Amino acid sequence: MNWTIDGVRDSLAGKKISARELTAEFYKRIEARNPELNAFLALSPERAYAQAERVDALVAAGKPLPPLAGVPIAIKDVISTRGVRTTCGSKILGTYMPPYDATAVEKLEAAGAVLLGKTNCDEFAMGSSNENSAYGPVGNPAAPGCVPGGSSGGSAAAVAAGLAVAALGTDTGGSIRQPGSFCGIPAMMGSYGRVSRYGLIAFASSLDRIGPFATSVRDIAAVLRVIAGRDPRDSTSTTDPVPDYTAEAAKPVKGLRLGIPKEYFGAGMDFGVRQKIAAGIALFQSLGCELVEVAMPHTDYAIATYYIIATAEASSNLARYDGVRFGLRVNGDSLVGMYRKTRGTGFGAEVKRRIVLGTYVLSAGYYDAYYLKGQKVRTLIAQDFQKAFTQVDAILTPTSPVPPFKLGERTADPLQMYLADIYTVTGSLAGLPGISVPCGKLSGGLPVGLQIFAPAFAEVRALQLAQAFELAGGANL
Amino acid sequence: MKISREDVLRVADLAYLELSEAEIETYRTQLDSILEYIGKLNELDTTGVAPMAQVLSSDQAADATLREDAVLPCDVAGDVLRHAPDPEPPYFRVPKVIER
Repeated sequence: MNWTIDGVRDSLAGKKISARELTAEFYKRIEARNPELNAFLALSPERAYAQAERVDALVAAGKPLPPLAGVPIAIKDVISTRGVRTTCGSKILGTYMPPYDATAVEKLEAAGAVLLGKTNCDEFAMGSSNENSAYGPVGNPAAPGCVPGGSSGGSAAAVAAGLAVAALGTDTGGSIRQPGSFCGIPAMMGSYGRVSRYGLIAFASSLDRIGPFATSVRDIAAVLRVIAGRDPRDSTSTTDPVPDYTAEAAKPVKGLRLGIPKEYFGAGMDFGVRQKIAAGIALFQSLGCELVEVAMPHTDYAIATYYIIATAEASSNLARYDGVRFGLRVNGDSLVGMYRKTRGTGFGAEVKRRIVLGTYVLSAGYYDAYYLKGQKVRTLIAQDFQKAFTQVDAILTPTSPVPPFKLGERTADPLQMYLADIYTVTGSLAGLPGISVPCGKLSGGLPVGLQIFAPAFAEVRALQLAQAFELAGGANL
Repeated sequence: MKISREDVLRVADLAYLELSEAEIETYRTQLDSILEYIGKLNELDTTGVAPMAQVLSSDQAADATLREDAVLPCDVAGDVLRHAPDPEPPYFRVPKVIER
């Protein structure tokens, strides 16, 4: 059975199933499918059943149920969970037990959600295929033999396989939207600052965001509403009010002006993806939206900019893994020797590659040429969006230029893997909200995702369009 | 070739990262191609463009929303030390750094 948040609520309220029974049902599914998918790295049954019993007590007492009461959820393993092992997909945090919960996790549990466990991901969220996890790759339930996308591959696979009703992922350059696209489910990152990053183990602080995966846009809206909002523990979270996303998402889209940037439809795009996205755009037209060609002239510079800024911030953020306070320690002949051995042994190949690149672009003599230059081009990319949004209400693009690819097919050349992030990194750099919605399947069943960008803090616009598209049959194009 | 073996060693030293011989050569060639690609940013004239260090506009930024400086309980020291690699409460123990 495909559970939704409304379905859980109705079944609990109608006493057709208890939260405890529902939790047990999901653990049974995980037990059956996880050996093949490797989507979960840790399970938290004690915590889940304790929460389920609280929900069942509310039902028994006839009390009102909070918005996510009894909803089984999964959390990406870069998000802190008190007392539940949190590895970031890395050996260096193989035994790490956070002493506190991330704000997003706290809010989900306060809303009644049942935390099933932690999901696999690329190490420290660095990757686009989930093949950089120290704990093995994740299967794609929508496309067997293919990668689930990354870095939030475990969260996407868990939801797509029905092992959780919703999940949290994180997105730095596409790590929510692209795996959502590859696994055939909706996936969203809100504006930078929309969701507190407190407890999100940092990769690139000016880009990192937490956001939801679910099987419908309606459920995405419901989860986003719970996790969004100002948090005094994250000074970059904004005081901008949080609307009722579920109600707003149901509003009509007729008459909205949608930008189609030609720079997102150039060379390097798979022919099948191109056809599906064209059909998706036509579907929006049939819903009464107006299409407008917009120019985004700096798109071609986004990957270079992103890999300067993201790696620079990562090299700085990951300096904290020194073997002193948490995680792995490998002894050396001195304190510095211990640092060097701990980091050399604990980090995987992609993380070390990015630390080396990030340290290089920040180092004396190269800072201006690379890091400062990257920050300036970031401004130009953000201005491309600002200009486009004076003409249009939202922008439509493919989520990924390629459909899900085979495991191991693209690991040899890191630059080629980076280049495939072209359509997602732009919105990351500009801080905008973006959602990926299923937009048909290629022959062989490979899912395609269509991405919708909206102006900053106009998540409702992206949700409205995504929901209208979904209800009009976008997934079956 | 932009990146030499010495460049990789210098950066690994700055980042306190022990690399194997094989890693040094792999990263050298990969960084070389990545930096060559990044060089395309030089096609753009960014004279007079302000660098973007963060996304939020000034009215949304941290200084506009500073919280009150209130004392709140924080009782995690025991938890933190329990999971440290080599704790000696209330301290973390590290290899000796001061020679007599």
